[in-house]
Amino acid sequence: MKWLSNIFMKRSNWSIPYFIFLLIFVVLPLVLIFLYAFQDADGNFTLKNFSKFISNPEAANTFVYSIGVAIVTTVLCILLGYPAAYILSNSELCRSKVTVVLFILPMWINILVRTLATVALFDFMRLPLGEGALIFGMVYNFLPFMIYPIYNTMQKMDHSYIEAAQDLGASPMKVFTKVVAPLSMPGVMSGVMMVFMPTISTFAIAELLTMNNIKLFGTTIQENINNGMWNYGAALSLIMLVIIFATNLFSDDEDQAANEGII
Amino acid sequence: MSDSNFIIELSNISKSFGDKTVLDDVSLYVKKGEFVTILGPSGCGKTTLLRILAGFGSADEGEIKIGGVDITEVPPHERPINTVFQRYALFPHLNVYDNIAFGLKLKKVKDDEIEARVRRALKMVGMTDYEWRDVNSLSGGQQQRVAIARAIINRPQVLLLDEPLAALDLKMRKDMQMELKEMHKTLGITFVYVTHDQEEALTLSDTIVVMSEGKVQQIGTPIDIYNEPVNSFVADFIGESNILNGTMIQDKLVRFMGRDFECVDAGFGENAPVDVVIRPEDVYIMSYTDSGMFEGVVQSCIFKGVHYEMLVNTPDGYEVMIQDYNAFEVGQKVSMIIKPSDIHVMKKERTTNTFEGKMVDATHVEIMGAEFVCAEQQGFEGGEQVMVEVDFDKIDLMDNKEDGTMMGDVRFILYKGDHYHLTIRTEGGDNLYVDTHDVWDDRDIVGIKIQPEDIRIKRA
Repeated sequence: MKWLSNIFMKRSNWSIPYFIFLLIFVVLPLVLIFLYAFQDADGNFTLKNFSKFISNPEAANTFVYSIGVAIVTTVLCILLGYPAAYILSNSELCRSKVTVVLFILPMWINILVRTLATVALFDFMRLPLGEGALIFGMVYNFLPFMIYPIYNTMQKMDHSYIEAAQDLGASPMKVFTKVVAPLSMPGVMSGVMMVFMPTISTFAIAELLTMNNIKLFGTTIQENINNGMWNYGAALSLIMLVIIFATNLFSDDEDQAANEGII
Repeated sequence: MSDSNFIIELSNISKSFGDKTVLDDVSLYVKKGEFVTILGPSGCGKTTLLRILAGFGSADEGEIKIGGVDITEVPPHERPINTVFQRYALFPHLNVYDNIAFGLKLKKVKDDEIEARVRRALKMVGMTDYEWRDVNSLSGGQQQRVAIARAIINRPQVLLLDEPLAALDLKMRKDMQMELKEMHKTLGITFVYVTHDQEEALTLSDTIVVMSEGKVQQIGTPIDIYNEPVNSFVADFIGESNILNGTMIQDKLVRFMGRDFECVDAGFGENAPVDVVIRPEDVYIMSYTDSGMFEGVVQSCIFKGVHYEMLVNTPDGYEVMIQDYNAFEVGQKVSMIIKPSDIHVMKKERTTNTFEGKMVDATHVEIMGAEFVCAEQQGFEGGEQVMVEVDFDKIDLMDNKEDGTMMGDVRFILYKGDHYHLTIRTEGGDNLYVDTHDVWDDRDIVGIKIQPEDIRIKRA
C-alpha cells in the first residue's frame, strides 16, 4: 500500500486526473478535427476540403458575414458596456454592487431560454425578426461579458492616478482621456475576447432570431456535420479556430494584463 | 489683517466623516518659501488636511486661501499646487518622460520647451538619461524622484508632499531628506510636508505643526517644539522624554519625584498640578556622591551608538531615562542633577475626567452613552442633567471587554515615570483618561468599569 500513499503524497500527482480529462476531451478532439480536415470521405489525404471552402462563394460569404456580425456586436457592446462599467465603478460601493449583479443577472438564465424570450418579445411588439433582431440578441446576450472585465479593471484602478492627473492640471474630461481610458484598455481587450470569439461561432441565436433566414458560420458548420459531411465540417471548424487563435495572439500583444480583467 | 505675508491661509477648517471628527477648527498660516511639516501619529488628520489643501476633499467649514486668493471652491486642477503622492502614483501607461511632461502638455507648452524643462527637472532629481524608461522598471527611490520631478516641473506656488519617503529604506530616506532640503532652497517654492516621523520633521522643516486628534497641538520651529513642548503629547511625540506629574509649589519651584526642584517657570499659581518634562540628555548622572540632587540605582544600560541609554530607579519608585556618554553598570548606585533651565513645566490640560451626564434614578447615572451604578444620590431627579467627575486612577480597565460597563480602545499611552497615563476612546467617541500601573498596548480593546463610590456627581 506504500506505493499508493506515495502517489497521493506528491502534490504534482494530484493533477493527473485533469491531464487525462484534458487529453480525452480537448486534445483528442482537436487532433481528430485536424485529421478529418485533411482527409476525404475514404480517409485519403487531401486539401480538397479547403479548396472547396475558397471556391464555394456561399461558405466564404457566410464566413465574412459572420465576422462582420461579430465585429458589429463587439463594437456595440463596447459602446454600451464601457459607459455602464464606468458609471458602475464610480458610484458608491454598496449601491454599485447591487447594480453590477443586476447587469450580470441575465447570465444566470440559459442562453437559449433568453433567446426564445427575445423572439417572443419581438413577436409581441410586432417587430420583424432578421438582421436587426440578430444583432440585438447578440448584444443582449454578450453585453455582460463586456461590462464585467471593464468594470473589474476600473474598480482595481488606483484612485491616486486620477488624483495625480487632477493635481497636474487635468480637467475631468482630460482625466478621462489621458488616464482612465488608457488604463482601462486591458479590460476592454478582455471584453473584446470574451464577446468576439463566441459571437463568431454561435448559431442558436442566429437560427432563432432570424427564423433560419440568416446563416452564420456556426450554422454552416452545424449543417455540414448534420448532413454527414464530417471532413468538410472539420475543415471549416479548423479555419474558425485559426481565426480565433489569431485574434487571441493580437490581444496578447496589445497588453499582457488583458487577462487580469477576467476573474 | 496679516494678508500678503502668507502664501497659504487655512482658517478654521473642520471636517467630519460621518460622526467622526477628523479636523476640528484647524488654522494654519504659511509664509512664502517656508518648509512646513505637518507632524502627527496616523489618524491625526494630517493627510486629510493636505487633501483639503490639494482639493481632493472639501472642508465642512473653513476657508482656504493661496496667495491671498480664496480657493475654497476651486477644483484641484485649477489650484496652483502640485502634490507628491505617498505611493508616487506615476502613470503606469506612460514612460518617465511622458509622466514628467504630463502637466506641461496639458498646458499646451511648446514641445521644445517641454523637452528642455523635462531634462532640467530630471537633472535636478539626479535622473538624467532615464527619459525613456518604463516607470514600472524603476526602483522605489527612482519612482519617488520621478514623482518629485513631475510635480516641480509645473512651477507650483506650493508643493505638497504626503509622506513621500515613507516607503524608502533608512539609508535612502536620509539621502532623499538632504536632497529635498537642497531642492527647497534652490526652487524657492513653499513646501508643505506631511510625516509621522519626528526625526524627519526636525531635520527638514523651518516650521513644524504638531497635530493630534484633529487638532493643532503646537506650531513652532524645530528647536521650539523640541525644547518647549506645550503639552505632554508634544513632549512625548517629539524625541525621548521623561514626563512626570508634578506640583508647582510656587513660582520657580516645582515638586516631583517626591522632592522639590528649582526651575525657571513661573505664573502657574501656587500648588498647581503640572506636567514636568525632562529630556533624557538633560539629566546629569555620576557615581554616588552626597552632592547629587537625587539618587537611584541603574536598572538597564543600552549602547545606542553615540550615547548610552540608561533607566534609573529612584527610591520613591520612579523610573528616569537618562542618556549619557558614560556607561554605568546595572545595579550601581548613582546620583543625578538636573539644571533648573532643563526642567520644562507645562500646565496640565485636565486633572480629572469630567462628563456631561444624566441621572437615571437615585443610584444610576448615564454617561458616555452607558449606564453606571453610582452611590445613592440625594436631591437629583431622574432625567436631570448633571456633571460627572471621575479621577484618572479610579477607572478600572479589564482584559475581558464583556466584564466592563462599556468598551473602549487604547489610543495614547504616556509613561509618567511610575505609572501609565492612557487615553481611552470609548465606543461613542468620548475620551477617557486613565492612570494605571498595568501595561497596555496601543489599540487594545478594554472593558471599562468604575466603582460606584468613585463617581462624583455635581449639578450641571
